[in-house]
Amino acid sequence: MTVKKLYELAKTVRSKNAGVDRITFDIIFREKENYELVKRGEILNKEKIAALYGIEESRITDFVEFDPAFAIKFTIQRNQPSGSFGDGDIFGSQQYAPLLDLEVTVD
Amino acid sequence: MRNKEALRIICPNGHLGFACTKEESFYIGAETKPDYYCCDSGSDDIGPVPLGSDTCVSPRNWQIHDLELMLLAARKQGVPMIIGSSADTGTNSGVDSYIEIIRDLALKHRLKPFKMAYFYSEVEKSYVARKMDSNIPIEGLDGRSNLTREELDSTSRIVAVAGVHPFIKALEAGADVIIGGRSSDAAVFAAPALFHGFSEDLSYYLGKVLECASFCAEPYGAKESVIGTITDQDVKVTAMHPGQYCTIASVAGHAMYERSNPYFEAFAGGTLDMRHCKYEQFNEKTTRITGSKFVPIEGKTKVKLEGAGFVGERYVGIVGVRDPYTIKNIDKVISWAENEAKSYFKNQDFQLHYHVYGKNAVMGDLEPVKVIKSHELGIVVEALAKTKEMAKEAAIMGSRQIFYARLPEVKGTAGTAAFLFDEVLPVSPAYQWTLNHTIEVDDAMELFDLHEIVVG
Repeated sequence: MTVKKLYELAKTVRSKNAGVDRITFDIIFREKENYELVKRGEILNKEKIAALYGIEESRITDFVEFDPAFAIKFTIQRNQPSGSFGDGDIFGSQQYAPLLDLEVTVD
Repeated sequence: MRNKEALRIICPNGHLGFACTKEESFYIGAETKPDYYCCDSGSDDIGPVPLGSDTCVSPRNWQIHDLELMLLAARKQGVPMIIGSSADTGTNSGVDSYIEIIRDLALKHRLKPFKMAYFYSEVEKSYVARKMDSNIPIEGLDGRSNLTREELDSTSRIVAVAGVHPFIKALEAGADVIIGGRSSDAAVFAAPALFHGFSEDLSYYLGKVLECASFCAEPYGAKESVIGTITDQDVKVTAMHPGQYCTIASVAGHAMYERSNPYFEAFAGGTLDMRHCKYEQFNEKTTRITGSKFVPIEGKTKVKLEGAGFVGERYVGIVGVRDPYTIKNIDKVISWAENEAKSYFKNQDFQLHYHVYGKNAVMGDLEPVKVIKSHELGIVVEALAKTKEMAKEAAIMGSRQIFYARLPEVKGTAGTAAFLFDEVLPVSPAYQWTLNHTIEVDDAMELFDLHEIVVG
């Protein structure tokens, strides 16, 4: 059994504001095989995302497997709108890091 | 108006002026003589401060650089140039600043007279209040409730996000240059396509794919030009940079960028449905897209409103910690400092936020790593209060008390913190996004004030 990290399989892992109240996450694969592997293995679903980020599932507003781009996408509701007093990531662009080390069983 | 089988639009930059347009790919694109030069210049990514305080986050010289490239190329060819969301926020002062830049450039280059149209997007609070008084709901977006009077009262400035309507009106009036207030990024590109009689289904997709310039191409490289071509059958998008390509993956991937859902995008007047988009590699640098669908809204048009409200004045202090025992007990140290501040300021209204770099400053509550692994911490102490004086005092108090924190076993008794400066720094006041809502209107032009002038 070989285990790989998500960052070894994905082409792009990113986060970014989707409007002022939400942050959206994209995991995009170059190869269909890797996309299918992660999709079939249910490496990411609402439950696992909520556990990883320590949030209620209800804060995950969207979870989409987007076949045309070999991409998995989900969106988290912010507690406060972007740029409110105390916000440490106005663009929401550094929230993806915990995804990089997710483990995927390759065979 | 219908006089073309295909319409070609160049987009040189995803946010004009925020970082300079790259010239090589722009000139390669301009050589092909596109029918329109279009660019969006705004974003709500930059937080609520610029809108609330009516300031601009892009250096004026960069805006001039980007506008000059487009204006000279468009005027040389005699084709229109369209700018949306002028000067980052699309406020009235942003529109006025771009009008001034265009006038100066026309003078500098002795351009022949041309028609310029511009429109304002700011909305008076009293207008929104009147609508609320007439029981017209100001509907919340992205999980927000309908707007309350308190939220409206706490708002400093509101802009409406224009759809294609003011741009089309300006084109109908024969504008050579259009300077827009706040608008949907995609509207800047969809409007000329609709004006030339192409379908809503494809025109809105054209706008969607062009709005961020080379972000729809790969390899990654921002601020490079792309050209979109619309016909009755399809949209094609082509990278202009010699090393970039619009691939199925990059174009489909871009459909998801900065939005919650890759299949739908809302505009004033309807929604673009991308569920049945088909992507094909047309040639090495071009991807062809078909199958997008625009679904017009049933009933009245809804226009998005963005608003930001003043929260308080801010100062920050910057403090470092290297002592391992202090790092281990950093939460206690911060509680100490906060309590010192609270007992000093008593009932006065202030807030402190400790951004602890090396712990969880970037992710806050979303940070899954709970153990500090850093040998040093950087702490930015953000202080908020009604007045500058008090914010400054709170920032000093919140920072300096880290230095004086009382920990039972600390070895260093000459200060438990390192100061980067022995002062605190003024920063922009704090604002909050108070409006992310929609308002229904009888006429899509109701919120946008269109003007026409001759320049040169």
